[in-house]
Amino acid sequence: MSRQKNQSYKAHGLPKGKEREQRTLIRFKTTLMNTLMDVLRHRPGWVEVKDEGEWDFYWCDVSWLRENFDHTYMDEHVRISHFRNHYELTRKNYMVKNLKRFRKQLEREAGKVEAAKCDFFPKTFEMPCEYHLFVEEFRKNPGITWIMKPVARSQGKGIFLFRRLKDIMDWRKDTKNSDDQKDEIPVENYVAQRYVENPYLIGGRKFDLRVYVLVMSYIPLRAWLYRDGFARFSNTRFTLSSIDDHYVHLTNVAVQKTSPDYHPKKGCKWMLQRFRQYLASKHGPEAVETLFSDMDNIFIKSLQSVQKVIISDKHCFELYGYDILIDQDLKPWLLEVNASPSLTASSQEDYELKTCLLEDTLHVVDMEARLTGREKRVGGFDLMWNDGPVSREEGPSDLTGMGNFVPNTHLGCVNDRKEQLRQLFRSLQVQKKAPG
Amino acid sequence: MRKAQGSWEKRILKSLNSMCTELSIPLARKRPVGEQKELLNKWNEMGTDEPDLSLFRPVYAPKDFLEVLINLRNPNYENGDSLSFRTHLGLIQVPLKVKDIPELKECFVELGLNTGQLGIDDSTQVPPELFENEHVRIGQKVLVQQDSAAAQQYIRQGSPTALRAELWALILNISSQPEDILYYEQLKTNVIQHDLLVDSLIYKDVKLTASNDDYYFVFEDYLYQVLLCFSRDTSVLSHFAYNSASPPKSYIRGKLGLEEYAVFYPPNGVIPFHGFSMYVAPLCFLYHEPYKLYQIFREMYVRFFFRLHSISSHPSGIVSLCLLFETLLQTYLPQLFYHLREIGAQPLRISFKWMVRAFSGYLATDQLLLLWDRILGYNSLEILAVLAAAVFAFRAVNLMEVTSLAAAEAVLADLSTLKVMPLLQIFLFATVT
Repeated sequence: MSRQKNQSYKAHGLPKGKEREQRTLIRFKTTLMNTLMDVLRHRPGWVEVKDEGEWDFYWCDVSWLRENFDHTYMDEHVRISHFRNHYELTRKNYMVKNLKRFRKQLEREAGKVEAAKCDFFPKTFEMPCEYHLFVEEFRKNPGITWIMKPVARSQGKGIFLFRRLKDIMDWRKDTKNSDDQKDEIPVENYVAQRYVENPYLIGGRKFDLRVYVLVMSYIPLRAWLYRDGFARFSNTRFTLSSIDDHYVHLTNVAVQKTSPDYHPKKGCKWMLQRFRQYLASKHGPEAVETLFSDMDNIFIKSLQSVQKVIISDKHCFELYGYDILIDQDLKPWLLEVNASPSLTASSQEDYELKTCLLEDTLHVVDMEARLTGREKRVGGFDLMWNDGPVSREEGPSDLTGMGNFVPNTHLGCVNDRKEQLRQLFRSLQVQKKAPG
Repeated sequence: MRKAQGSWEKRILKSLNSMCTELSIPLARKRPVGEQKELLNKWNEMGTDEPDLSLFRPVYAPKDFLEVLINLRNPNYENGDSLSFRTHLGLIQVPLKVKDIPELKECFVELGLNTGQLGIDDSTQVPPELFENEHVRIGQKVLVQQDSAAAQQYIRQGSPTALRAELWALILNISSQPEDILYYEQLKTNVIQHDLLVDSLIYKDVKLTASNDDYYFVFEDYLYQVLLCFSRDTSVLSHFAYNSASPPKSYIRGKLGLEEYAVFYPPNGVIPFHGFSMYVAPLCFLYHEPYKLYQIFREMYVRFFFRLHSISSHPSGIVSLCLLFETLLQTYLPQLFYHLREIGAQPLRISFKWMVRAFSGYLATDQLLLLWDRILGYNSLEILAVLAAAVFAFRAVNLMEVTSLAAAEAVLADLSTLKVMPLLQIFLFATVT
């Protein structure tokens, strides 16, 4: 019986044919001392190695990667938590470049409408090399607000808003004359980005969404979307009149923590389920479906834009933290992609979310070689892209009726991961015992 | 009952007045123009204000109120000295008539096992064709017809998220006419022009409760906009016609005792207590224009919430709810009840705060809204007592093992994961009685 070619039966990246070696002991290494350490230590059969010991799994930080990846030999089964040149996606200036190039390519191949699907990134110019292009755009749109962001820093450091060219002239002078610029540190790159002036507000406050995407390989592209995430609220009310007020505009928890209004008990976060329910009760389920499917589009297109550039080493996987901003027309904008999303918990609820996220990440990475490779869901992760879109429907998808295609994403939906994992592992055990 | 309510009111008022004299703050004063302008500018972000509230104390907290209720006695009722198994072992000693489970089953027939419910039959395992789709369709029809009675009947099975705001407005007969909007604006002007001592109590309550809540903190500003206006709304006084309570009175300075100079204080006759703002917080989820939010809250208050903090014999009054809760527990979970009583953990001491707040702040918001759907549908608060008993039944196994009040509180501290409809259904329809 020949099966119709369809995506949902493709295995998701595990070596076909040969039996994968079942490991009884997995040696892990990490330098992070937070939720991740708790999860790794509690995982049955995993032991920590310190210092120079050999490891099977390393949740490394990006600086180690930069220095050591190229001359580290890794056995076939070994896994590491970053791609060598992840910065193609996570550094703002590279991401912009890749996205612009991808957009042009799409326009050539599939037309303007398809290319317009890449318009989720506010107009961005690299400084200083695109300065003249920026000035041109600036002059075409007088009076709008722009945001200047350092390319490589995180947690909201070094960011400021401006409306006049004069403001950046002053800033350029300042940074040139700054005494504490040491010679070793290269001149920092910045990007100037159009500021989204009409963000969606809840309770008068601005917020952004943090979403987790797990990429197991780039060639072919295999990406999983986690159902949970959260909305991070700014502590103060949104108004365009106070450009200098960092606290209003930047929703990064790190910045909010220093705001005088910040009360740690509050946490300033809403789980995505809560956010999704709120929107549904205000705008109706269809509008919410559209918004979330637009967000799916952001994840896929952004990954596709760097697909050919990133070195797709089979040892690598990466858990990205996407930052999304919603505007008042319910259009999602991509703010940035983080290669090392914070795994430190800001509250009990946050701790649980991150613990489950990391547990499920390790389930998908599957060092224990338990999965068949045909799963579409593992715990809170849904397989979003498997060298092509993944359908929610079971069985061979009806490729002729493309209008009925429902993608296999459940962002902000019910996450009954415990039950799902229990059923999954039970059925895997049964399959192993069954002959043939 | 009225006597008890009267003396309770005297206590509250005394507390309020003494706070007033202690802090030398007038009960009411007109704001200077500069302050008025400032407040008007900040109207949408009053939460950013951080006035010094450290000296203000909430006038009373639910547990104070509970003590009063415990001490209620009917002077005409002779209990008899001998203990029998008919003796009520709970805290409430007033013999009001409350329903038992067979009667509740009749009353809440739409919550039965054979009827579809939102909160149960819309879960992910159930295909929407079985119940949910049809239910949504009917809901839309009801809204198109603008049939308030039909809406009330319909909502007994729960309201779809997208239709809830409109359905509640329909059931509460709220239609936002221009005069309603004007009325709200008028109240807002009153707030700007005059400052009441009660305002500080409201501020303090919001800061202590809703602002600290993981989910409701976002709506802080709306809470001020609603509650400050609410305290000046004299139309609320009309509900005292069917409330056993009476609005506290205050006298213009120097004219104590002279009725011609008596005014109701606060103007709406309702003195907020600790946790009061939690009545409003869940509504912020549904309504976003301040005047609409205000109307809905006011109507909910004068229909339901006021019964939760005044002493009366009404079946939805807090006294009856407490008695209903205790009776259900004693009759259907006698072992649990007896055990808790033995270790000094009278169940009502734990569940009282849930009922006074109509479970706001204790349940997850989506569950709370499903619960409040049924309050509107059945026009009764009895479901709060049933749910409280159902929660105890659900956690009975753990509760049987505790040996102190503190441990019992710990078992019941976190209700945020509970699904209310299955709990209610099991307790009413699936437990062997």
